[in-house]
Amino acid sequence: MNVIRTLLSPRGAVFLLLAGLLIAVTVISPSFAEPGQLIRFIQRVAPIAIVAIGQYFVIVGGEFDLSMGSLITAQVVIAGNLIGQDAGRIFPVLALMLVLGVLVGLVNGLLVTLLKVPSFIVTLGMMLALLGGVMYWTGGAATGNPVDSFRQLGRGGIRGVPVIEILPYSVLVMAAVLAAAIWLTRTSFGRTVIALGDNPRAVRYAGARSWWVTTSTFVISALTATISGILLVGYAGVHPKVGQGYEFIAITAVVLGGVVLGGGRGWVVAAMAGAFALEALFTLLNFAEVPSTLRDGIQGVIIIAAVAYSASPLGGAKRKAAPPAPPQTSPPDGKEPVAPAHLGS
Amino acid sequence: MRRKAVMTLAVGAVAALALVGCTTDPTVTGPGASTTPATTGAAAESSTAPSTPSTEWFDQAVYDEQFAQRSVTPEGPADKPYLQHINAEMVSTAKYKSTGAKKACFANASISNPWRQTGWITMNEQLKELQKSGAISEMETRDAKDSDDTQIADIDYFINEGECDVFIISPNSTAAMTPAVERACKTDKPVIVFDRGVQTDCPVTFIHPIGGFAWGIDTAEFLNDNLQSGDKVVALRILPGVDVLEQRWAAAEKLFKESGVEAVDYFTGADPVEIKKIISDELAKGEVKGIWMDAGDGAVAAIEAFEDAGKALPVMTGEDELSFLRKWKDTGITALGPVYSNFQWRTPLLAAADIFAGKDVPKEWVLPQSPITSADLDSYLTANDGMPDGHYAKFGGEDLPGYPQIWQKRVIP
Repeated sequence: MNVIRTLLSPRGAVFLLLAGLLIAVTVISPSFAEPGQLIRFIQRVAPIAIVAIGQYFVIVGGEFDLSMGSLITAQVVIAGNLIGQDAGRIFPVLALMLVLGVLVGLVNGLLVTLLKVPSFIVTLGMMLALLGGVMYWTGGAATGNPVDSFRQLGRGGIRGVPVIEILPYSVLVMAAVLAAAIWLTRTSFGRTVIALGDNPRAVRYAGARSWWVTTSTFVISALTATISGILLVGYAGVHPKVGQGYEFIAITAVVLGGVVLGGGRGWVVAAMAGAFALEALFTLLNFAEVPSTLRDGIQGVIIIAAVAYSASPLGGAKRKAAPPAPPQTSPPDGKEPVAPAHLGS
Repeated sequence: MRRKAVMTLAVGAVAALALVGCTTDPTVTGPGASTTPATTGAAAESSTAPSTPSTEWFDQAVYDEQFAQRSVTPEGPADKPYLQHINAEMVSTAKYKSTGAKKACFANASISNPWRQTGWITMNEQLKELQKSGAISEMETRDAKDSDDTQIADIDYFINEGECDVFIISPNSTAAMTPAVERACKTDKPVIVFDRGVQTDCPVTFIHPIGGFAWGIDTAEFLNDNLQSGDKVVALRILPGVDVLEQRWAAAEKLFKESGVEAVDYFTGADPVEIKKIISDELAKGEVKGIWMDAGDGAVAAIEAFEDAGKALPVMTGEDELSFLRKWKDTGITALGPVYSNFQWRTPLLAAADIFAGKDVPKEWVLPQSPITSADLDSYLTANDGMPDGHYAKFGGEDLPGYPQIWQKRVIP
């Protein structure tokens, strides 16, 4: 009974959706369930799953990060233009990319926390700034793909593995990121993030350095975007389109995973499952030979239906029958655009 | 619990069907519109009917005209394709004849893709040449950033400013831009339209390569010649609703149907990640023998999907974009590089100089558009050595002074 309840709750609905989509894909194309195909599927979801994990921390802490997609694009172009065909430059450039990732996260985080600018605006600005920077630098067309050895990370894997044939490196990277994320959510840092999303004022009264915790979530998000960019440049190659829209895919995945916009509630594993469900949906539309003009529409409708279900009273709210009423009388804390959103949670 | 899930799905399905009606309606024009929503809805259900009804984009007369133009030997200087023209009806420009350097006003649709960026760089190098020779004093440009409204405002701004000696317009879309172009014509200054067209013949000249149907014919004939009836072709398309792209697909789809090649089309947004996923899914489903693209952007990802899946590489048509030409050379696939002649970006300013010199110009200036074949692949690769992947081989700026550094560094003005 408990399992059924969990599956029906917003926290669990995404697993139900994912299972349904995977079964549907398998019915249409039985070969999809072969281990070799399945692992390829996981490989291609990995970059999205990783940004979803990063976005989870920001959203559950009550903010948004819209700059992830542009950061991926920037990192992809940096990899292509700076590494080029010289394998000796891989490590210095990789270091540079990580530094840029941390820097972008810090700037986002500090503007949100110290200057009290809503994260929606800060990261929207960062998104445009990064995209504009890439356009200016490349003139719209990157020089070319980086050396193949660098691209192996996103494209290749360990060959000769029994059953699955090849174990893609990106699957290993994703597993590592997930493990780190689960560990983080169990530390006091992870609990403070959720508490911040739920009630920032209480967290501040409790004496936590909330500005630093929030800033850290942006750094985590920017780092996951960087990792995702490294995998994508391997998977698909350099192109100014790579990464575009990933911020929305990540947010959709997180919401699909039952994480409440405005923060305070959510499970990182469900957020990742949201990414898998989104990709499974895409695959299903490919396999079902849905007319190309219709795809976006169907995708949108299914996402709305799923999110509406997660948010509906049928799900979790019934179980948590009477959540303690949030302190509606408390004065605004300087982040109004976010605060009202969690009043109903 | 199951009932709730079923209900959710049912709601989704109903909403999806409701959406079908909404999304198709605005795009449908002309006769046959009333039947379209029904057929698309049915297609969603049965998932067997052919995708996008391309009949609305297919125009037999234009198709036949472009079919014939492909084999016409163009007139004009052999080493300057950007000055050549096909089946031209020359018109007198004596009434515009005038001396001195002139100011050009350029209303550009956008520079939002590598093809337009490459052309824009070339156009500016051509401008420098004409400034040196004293034909053009300056060019004021307004970039509409892919917006009809912005471009209408841009053209009206130029008209009201009253300082333009010649209007050069690269329309964002055909129907929406027609009234604004007509207003520009009423100023009695010469108007030059290039790339996409407008529904009026008031401009002095309309410059464009042969067109989308010619692209579709060249590419589909190539695939048909190299494949057999029943073979599967995956068609990768950038986005729906743009006439030059829709015409490419309309012609190709017709020819695939006639030859029995099975073609399935996808929209990719030119994103290589999407392209790779699509091809991977298709390869998981079954054999894919050919790849057709309505633009070559992202072509490399398609080939890599075959490599990663360990499948035999396809017969393929891409574009004259260098990333594709290089991958073609590396892999030795059977391929064709159709072109939407990028050198057309040189022609408008040269046409303006001709008009002020009182020389006759073609009323419709149809530029040659011949695909790159395996026979001339090497020469194009050599000529474009050092250019970035997003550069277009038939950019036509080899005799301009900035060559090759300006294009290699891709300095966008």
